[in-house]
Amino acid sequence: MKRKLPLVITFSIGVLLIISEFIPHKPFGTLSGELEEWFLIISGFAIILGQLSLFKVNLFKVRFKQKDWQFSIVTLISFVIMVGFGLLWGTENSSGIFGNGSSIIQLIGDKPFDYLFHNVYQHLQATMFSLLAFFIASAAYRAFIGRTIESNLLLIAAVLVMLGNTTLGGFLTSWLPESLKFLHLPELKQFIMTYPTTAGQRAIMIGTGLGIIGSSLRIILGIERSYLGGK
Amino acid sequence: MLGFFNILGIWLGALFTFAIFSFLYKDNPFYKTAEHIFVGLSAGYWFIYTIYSILIPNLYNPLTSNISKNWILLIPAILGIMMLLRLIPKFDWISRYPIALIIGTTSGVFLLRYLKSDVINQLTATLINPFSSGDWVEVVGKFMLIFGTLTGVIYFYFSKKHTGTFGATAKIGIYFLMISFGAAFGYTAMARISLLIGRLQFLLGDWLGLISP
Amino acid sequence: MAKERKKIDRRWVFLLIFIGVAIPLIVKIGLPVETSKNVEMVYNLVENTPEESTVLISFDYDPASMPELHPMGKAILKHCFRKNINVIFTAMWPMGVQMAEDLIDQLQVEFPQIKYGEDYVNLGFKAGGMVTIQSMGKDLTKIFPEDMYGTPIDELPIMDGIKNFNNIMFVFSLSAGSPGIKEWVQIVHDKFNKPTSGGCTGVSAPAILPYVNEQQQLTGLLAGMKAAAEYEYMIGAPSTATSGMDAQSIAHFIIIIFIAIGNINYWRAKKSNEKDGL
Repeated sequence: MKRKLPLVITFSIGVLLIISEFIPHKPFGTLSGELEEWFLIISGFAIILGQLSLFKVNLFKVRFKQKDWQFSIVTLISFVIMVGFGLLWGTENSSGIFGNGSSIIQLIGDKPFDYLFHNVYQHLQATMFSLLAFFIASAAYRAFIGRTIESNLLLIAAVLVMLGNTTLGGFLTSWLPESLKFLHLPELKQFIMTYPTTAGQRAIMIGTGLGIIGSSLRIILGIERSYLGGK
Repeated sequence: MLGFFNILGIWLGALFTFAIFSFLYKDNPFYKTAEHIFVGLSAGYWFIYTIYSILIPNLYNPLTSNISKNWILLIPAILGIMMLLRLIPKFDWISRYPIALIIGTTSGVFLLRYLKSDVINQLTATLINPFSSGDWVEVVGKFMLIFGTLTGVIYFYFSKKHTGTFGATAKIGIYFLMISFGAAFGYTAMARISLLIGRLQFLLGDWLGLISP
Repeated sequence: MAKERKKIDRRWVFLLIFIGVAIPLIVKIGLPVETSKNVEMVYNLVENTPEESTVLISFDYDPASMPELHPMGKAILKHCFRKNINVIFTAMWPMGVQMAEDLIDQLQVEFPQIKYGEDYVNLGFKAGGMVTIQSMGKDLTKIFPEDMYGTPIDELPIMDGIKNFNNIMFVFSLSAGSPGIKEWVQIVHDKFNKPTSGGCTGVSAPAILPYVNEQQQLTGLLAGMKAAAEYEYMIGAPSTATSGMDAQSIAHFIIIIFIAIGNINYWRAKKSNEKDGL
């Protein structure tokens, strides 16, 4: 019951959705439409589960004084503040328990939830990802060495694409005559992207596509069961 | 007061930007604090938006406004609550039922969509007439596209040993993959630098007022 | 002992990149922007869309990708509003809702005449990725019974006659990953045969490019900040992407110099090792 019923559910729903693609009429079309709507709602609960799980993990870290537990307090406080602000005054588009928050908007210019988003969260996330700019430059120095034919191809393609993706690249080869236009860096970049790069990426796409189809079939047929857990 | 909170907002942004940038020198408590605030706020944001954007309009409102018409939504509501039971170890097996529904739906949809978009349509887009254009650069390019895709796919076939003609073909496939990885690096570099530009546009513009867009 | 390549403290590399990006933002060079085929395809798609028709723009990104996707979104919206095209906003990422709101706040200064509910509407965030998009294609109102402000969508004039993707001219996804442009192509174009276009981050561009093909699974693609600058140039409204292009040029140039130095050091060490018989 604990393992068999979920397998039956997965099989029935998977098969139903495949059939509804070819027979989109009642009852298959209606059922698949209903399932898709349920999927959205259950996904919502899954997101809530994820956030509550994060809360629980951090709470345990603090409770059992695990490594860097002090920082978990910071996470918990930030979470509670954001959720609290959201529930009490709502967001830019929704009202909270205290209504639309017009008096607080007059005071700070935004609802507290949005104030935190615009002035703290947005900057934290943007900066976090911008750190990668520094590391990619450092990695280029350390790792981009033309040792073999393969690594030379990698290096040449990277350099041409990098140049072609800037206004400087266009400027450097703007003097080329019409007959050699294909060597103009933005044109060359376009060529690399449209043909050899697309070829490589398409091969990967077909490979992963076949992989996903295989995995889906294994799941529907009950061969792949790891999503049910180990017990 | 409004002006004060505006300025405070910009200074908070700058402060947290530098707290994250401080990691470039070395890991430190300022960075770690900022990082954990980020995690907490992010989780809070997802939590609130899921409630206001999904659970209220798609579940609570239809059920409370007209339950006789929308009673069927009680099923995903119950399944959703079953999903939350995963938090309690004793009852976590109950979450298998909603997970089975999610996995079954995803598998059914993915199987068909990937088959059409990423396999059939990609093969159709590859098997083209290379001479359809009069421009020799395009003809060469189209030959590369056809040849590169097919050899690339051959490289990913691991059930046969890569030796002889098959191995040589797979080797050509690797060359195309290498070019595409190089190009991907080029684009990644552009993307990462763009993010830094965005940060410096904030620091030099909004914060210091040295530049305008 | 084999000679090793010279090691430099990577913090010097960091500093150079920081300066290389900061200075061109202050002292502008202003090199000309050239347009590319994929960007022109997107431009033509919007340009050839009839007035008063409706399009759907999905904001599938968060602040991490703002410098690349925000200028694209702004330029596309400007183009749509200039052409009197009605726009429905959706978001497959929760933070996409705020991204759309931010752009509207900026654009309302230039387009004070645009009215919420008539010229544009923000339907907000929905989870579920590909499955949800597929459901939208069958019945939009089932997934979005109301807009972000809680107004039932039947009461919004812009939604008159909009039942599903058949009533929309094209879908445009501003995508930073999954769910995003890939899912929109797979459903909107490949299942419902509606034109699909989009803008994506530089990181995901190579993986999305195979969809720009003779079958037009994707009608053009805006890839990264350069494409955003090209679009700004095409609509004659230079903004943050254009002003970032000089910094982009210098930073790329610095990275290429680092690659060159790394290779020179490697070859010199290799030659020297060979000389020493190692």
